[in-house]
Amino acid sequence: MAAGVAAWLPFARAAAIGWMPVANCPMPLAPTEKNKRQDELIILNVSGRRFQTWRTTLERYPDTLLGSTEKEFFFNEDTKEYFFDRDPEVFRCILNFYRTGKLHYPRYECISAYDEELAFYGILPEIIGDCCYEEYKDRKRENAERLMDDNDSENNQEGSMPSLSFRQTMWRAFENPHTSTLALVFYYVTGFFIAVSVITNVVETVPCGTVPGSKELPCGERYAVAFFCLDTACVMIFTVEYLLRLFAAPSRYRFIRSVMSIIDVVAIMPYYIGLVMTNNEDVSGAFVTLRVFRVFRIFKFSRHSQGLRILGYTLKSCASELGFLLFSLTMAIIIFATVMFYAEKGSSASKFTSIPASFWYTIVTMTTLGYGDMVPKTIAGKIFGSICSLSGVLVIALPVPVIVSNFSRIYHQNQRADKRRAQKKARLARIRVAKTGSSNAYLHSKRNGLLNEALELPGSTEEEQHMTKGTSLIESQHHHLLHCLEKTTNHEFIDEQLFEQNCLEGSMQNYPSSRSPSLASARGLGTSCCSRRHKKSTHLPNSSVPATRLRSMQELSTIHIQCSEQPSLSASRSSLNMKADDGLRPNCKGAQITTAIISIPTPPALTPEAESRPGPGSPATNAPGAAASVVKVSAL
Amino acid sequence: MERTSLHNDSLLYASLIAILLLISYWFTTRCFKIISGIEDSVEDEFELSTVCHRPEGLEQLQEQTKFTRKELQVLYRGFKNECPSGIVNEENFKQIYSQFFPQGDSSTYATFLFNAFDTDHDGSVSFEDFVSGLSTILRGTIDDRLNWAFNLYDLNKDGCITKEEMLDIMKSIYDMMGKYTYPAMREEAPREHVENFFQKMDRNKDGVVTIEEFLESCQKDENIMRSMQLFDSVI
Repeated sequence: MAAGVAAWLPFARAAAIGWMPVANCPMPLAPTEKNKRQDELIILNVSGRRFQTWRTTLERYPDTLLGSTEKEFFFNEDTKEYFFDRDPEVFRCILNFYRTGKLHYPRYECISAYDEELAFYGILPEIIGDCCYEEYKDRKRENAERLMDDNDSENNQEGSMPSLSFRQTMWRAFENPHTSTLALVFYYVTGFFIAVSVITNVVETVPCGTVPGSKELPCGERYAVAFFCLDTACVMIFTVEYLLRLFAAPSRYRFIRSVMSIIDVVAIMPYYIGLVMTNNEDVSGAFVTLRVFRVFRIFKFSRHSQGLRILGYTLKSCASELGFLLFSLTMAIIIFATVMFYAEKGSSASKFTSIPASFWYTIVTMTTLGYGDMVPKTIAGKIFGSICSLSGVLVIALPVPVIVSNFSRIYHQNQRADKRRAQKKARLARIRVAKTGSSNAYLHSKRNGLLNEALELPGSTEEEQHMTKGTSLIESQHHHLLHCLEKTTNHEFIDEQLFEQNCLEGSMQNYPSSRSPSLASARGLGTSCCSRRHKKSTHLPNSSVPATRLRSMQELSTIHIQCSEQPSLSASRSSLNMKADDGLRPNCKGAQITTAIISIPTPPALTPEAESRPGPGSPATNAPGAAASVVKVSAL
Repeated sequence: MERTSLHNDSLLYASLIAILLLISYWFTTRCFKIISGIEDSVEDEFELSTVCHRPEGLEQLQEQTKFTRKELQVLYRGFKNECPSGIVNEENFKQIYSQFFPQGDSSTYATFLFNAFDTDHDGSVSFEDFVSGLSTILRGTIDDRLNWAFNLYDLNKDGCITKEEMLDIMKSIYDMMGKYTYPAMREEAPREHVENFFQKMDRNKDGVVTIEEFLESCQKDENIMRSMQLFDSVI
């Protein structure tokens, strides 16, 4: 429960008036304030700055320093105030947390100082509100990275490394060449061979002088063997590198799908395909085109250059803007090409033979290249040609700054969106944790609470204080409210796992007769506070299962609050007579502990005459994972 | 022939130029309108409702309700903390109420509560409505409380509770339990509970429960009487 609404708890409890007339059972007793204190102002003196607040404000969060009795350690008897020798600036935020329920992170604070203060006051940083959580996480990450970098550089200088597996060291070496000399050597060797490969591809095509008796040959054909050897050497190195990376990759599947590995594969495939297909003449034409892909080796340089990687990423992220630029250019080209074609149609020997032919002119003009191979001759053509070149400048120059500014915006936005998406999961998880936390708190206190109620009646205050040290008054009131709801609806809150367990068991067990019943000495015990409403016989086949299971699952340690008076129980089927059921309900106010409950023998289907069945005892908790067999409860 | 074709052509091209110019002019004005249009819509959004409601004075509230001065102070502080504007609307109400029931869905019941607290039916609960409702529940006589509960159940405020109204209320209460209950929540559970209720309350078996039947039956029921006394110690 968000303690910010703790002040509305009286309202929520008052709203429970809607449940009272429809409930069939009496409600549990309300928790009383043991030491009822008037709400008072307490003074918190933090390094000289005095803060004042109500005591109840601080008690909203009983598991922090200020909300619990831990603050008594800081009480100064002389000045009757609580003195903390800590930073008053940060304390302002912390006190606001108690007041508003939201913890904010001030931007000017140092992150580690803030963390220390939070740790001192017992507040988890996860509660920081959404408005400041991003900033907090960013700063924390930056700080951690800085510290890690410092540590790393220290480690590198010292030369001591934690022992990683061989595979992990290899991967680290590949990713970061500066980790060891071997990695650096590998890095430079591969870079060298990439350069060699690219240069050979280029030089292969240069005409190399004439061989006597034949025409000019490119170097590739003249020194075919040498070039083939070079190519083979490069491809071998690249293959070995690829296989090593594949071996060392932490996630092989992800590695195969990554861009760099695809480039690697594309770079070395032509060679192997060429080896396989040298004999077939038809395919060699296609093979020649495959050799074009060898130029992709140049992209392998992006592993060696951070800038290339960033460029690739920015192009990817600016794709929509680039697409818009392309689209507007295309529109303009088509328009002007059409216009130029029709304008130049009249002139003789015009190069503008068709609209697609005019595309070339338009592109060259709009990008202000102006090759001059196609020139308009008519006046109209020249007019439109000049309009075309002017508009070309505009069309191209306008989106580019937009792209540039968009790039920085999109880049940061993408990072923020990814962060937010990652944090959304964390945020939902936190909300869920808080919710389950409060419901778990209820379930937990239910189990404890029963013992408290049991022990409370003999009236030993020390014991009960010892038991209730975990729950504040507000929490106990909230739990009382949930308890009333349970009583009204005759169902209990359980946690998820238990629920699934029950569902599984319910589906497995169709007939309850497999259980070995133990005889109920419950005959004379009287009903518990809330006897279960027995279903009509038509429902019994379905409903008897949970009923039986409940009864047979009663925990050894639960104690039922028994009522001292034994109502005269007739053998009437209470399922048919609700009035009699009402009368059966004993006066639980003067409850004492007499005996414990033992589980019920048979389901209602089998023994309709069974009277005074001790109810499933809603106050009892469900045994978490209790055995399916019948259990006996020991008496006090 | 050259001249005539040129003459015709130049007309055509002049018209083309004119069209181009028109298009560019329209384009620029369109952009302008878009920019100014955006500004308009942005300004429209700035009409925030800054309604602030101040309750009546402390003395008047003391007279109207049965709370002491200190209690009213505590109540108002809590109220204002959650609703700085001084009034609660239905959404806010539902959200506040749902914080107390993490496992189930309390929105329907919260709606019914809201309608019961909002006595003047203006769509919002002010502090006076809030505190007068609380005063009846927490400081009123048992009859007052029963009356208030009857008012809550009677959704259309016609003086009697029909089975459908009771079924709605019952379903909303069962919804608050959520999914993870023991025993598992069945579809018929609210309906059976309603049958139960009507059997108990409906004296003349006419299918509706009037206020007199309700009061009579509740006064006869020990459990209900005892539960009503629980509210004495809430504040």
